[in-house]
Amino acid sequence: MSVLAEIKDGLVCGDDERVSELTQQAIEQGLSPQEILSESLIGGMTIVGERFKEHEIFLPDVLLAAKAMHAGMEVLRPLLIDAGIPSIGKVVLGSVQGDLHDIGKNLVGILLKGAGFEVIDLGNDVAPQSFVDAAKERGASVIGMSALLTTTMPTMAKVVDLVKERKLDSRIKTIVGGAPVSEMFAREIGADAYGFDAANAVDRVKSLTTA
Amino acid sequence: MTEVLTFSTGEVEPDRDSVLQNQGIPEGATVTDEIERLLKSAIGAFHEHGKPVGMTGEISHVDFGAVYQGEGRNEDKTPVGDIFRRAERLALFVVTLGERICARIDELFRSSDYALACMLDSVASAAADKTAEVLQERYADSRSGSKTENEGRAVLRYSPGYCGWHISGQRGLFEFLHPEEIGVSLKESFLMQPLKSVSGVLIAGAREIHEFEDSYSFCAECATRGCRERIRALYRE
Ligand code: B12
Repeated sequence: MSVLAEIKDGLVCGDDERVSELTQQAIEQGLSPQEILSESLIGGMTIVGERFKEHEIFLPDVLLAAKAMHAGMEVLRPLLIDAGIPSIGKVVLGSVQGDLHDIGKNLVGILLKGAGFEVIDLGNDVAPQSFVDAAKERGASVIGMSALLTTTMPTMAKVVDLVKERKLDSRIKTIVGGAPVSEMFAREIGADAYGFDAANAVDRVKSLTTA
Repeated sequence: MTEVLTFSTGEVEPDRDSVLQNQGIPEGATVTDEIERLLKSAIGAFHEHGKPVGMTGEISHVDFGAVYQGEGRNEDKTPVGDIFRRAERLALFVVTLGERICARIDELFRSSDYALACMLDSVASAAADKTAEVLQERYADSRSGSKTENEGRAVLRYSPGYCGWHISGQRGLFEFLHPEEIGVSLKESFLMQPLKSVSGVLIAGAREIHEFEDSYSFCAECATRGCRERIRALYRE
């Protein structure tokens, strides 16, 4: 098995130590960081994502693989930065103002990273202005918002309005999610997309960034 | 009069199925050894970091009527709105697992231990529910009389944010109970801090008062219909 295939295999099995060691080995063998990233790490996470969608594996399996991806990325990151290789897109993510719950948002962030996106996680209790400022300053093309309670959902509308008000809507797309949020609500407030779970969020963000 | 109740983590340790269900793993599914190991270590972390505590306070029908009415944001007709009027006794409650376990979940996420963080989150969510359940049992036991007196009576809990009782109902509940005493506060957005907390009312009375049809306007949007199982359980020993 080639080292690239071995890394991919280690990632699918959620073996973070093996992925870290093999990534180092691949670099030493002269393989390009871009190749390791897309072929082994993102390639591995794609397999994991598909298996999860098909209910062949469960959430903990996905998260173990994500940790392994993270271990590989730790090795690759400095090289990717040096080589000036951009991510496939930047996403600003946060739980909206008044909301302290971030598990759902964290899961979305983990899978987005797994798909090769750069995620700028603003944490929770994030003010509308902060979402928009961060997206503008960091050149992100998507703002993702999460809410746990119906009472914090109106803040999502404020962010969507602010993006439009500042005439950034051609550059910055918005996506919403969380337990009480629905496709209908997303449409009502004029958000560009809704994601019902983390795997779906990745698909929706991909279609927003390639549209 | 209010009462503070403490629980051991052993008493409120959630069962395996409810944790795995929170992870999206269906009942009876075979899981890998790795998942078993994660579950075990999350349960261990729960015992180390969870501080389950609760508070109850008996409330009159009139006072509860005002708490329930809250800011006038409830649905027109709700189960609680009917049930409480027929109750023999009412008590408000809040339970929490404390801030430490929430901080631990956060720490695990930050150190990229995603699977354990998420498993602990599921354990803590299920344990918060279990704490409310144990508190409900204790309340029922402490007020119960002889076996014949208890025949056909039941205590059940109801929470703002469910079944047409608007989540803003928590404001009146907090003003009456003051669960700040056990470290729980309410944000402007009606989110309780610490996150793993549950609030509500314990309604004691004849078993039948807890029965209702799931045909309220808001039932259409409810994905779980958990009320059906709760009602069925009333008639099980
Ligand atoms: C577990 C749970 C709890 C736990 C802990 C909550 C927590 N998460 O830490 C406990 C038992 C403590 C609890 C308490 C309460 N809860 Co609760 N709880 C739930 C439950 C069952 C699951 C929430 C959860 O954690 N899911 C797991 C995570 C991973 O999922 P998630 O956050 O939804 O995220 C996923 C997706 O939504 C999506 N997603 C999330 N964010 C984003 C962002 C983007 C951009 C995208 C694309 C996608 C996306 O992807 C994520 C991964 O798959 C939901 C009902 C439900 N089935 O969703 C009710 C629910 C959230 N709770 C509810 C309520 C009312 C409460 C209480 C107020 C009840 C009370 N009076 O005590 C309290 C409030 C607690 C507080 N601190 O204020 C209501 C809220 C409704 C409302 N009116 O706002 C819900 C919706 C139940 C209902 N009535 O239908 N709760």
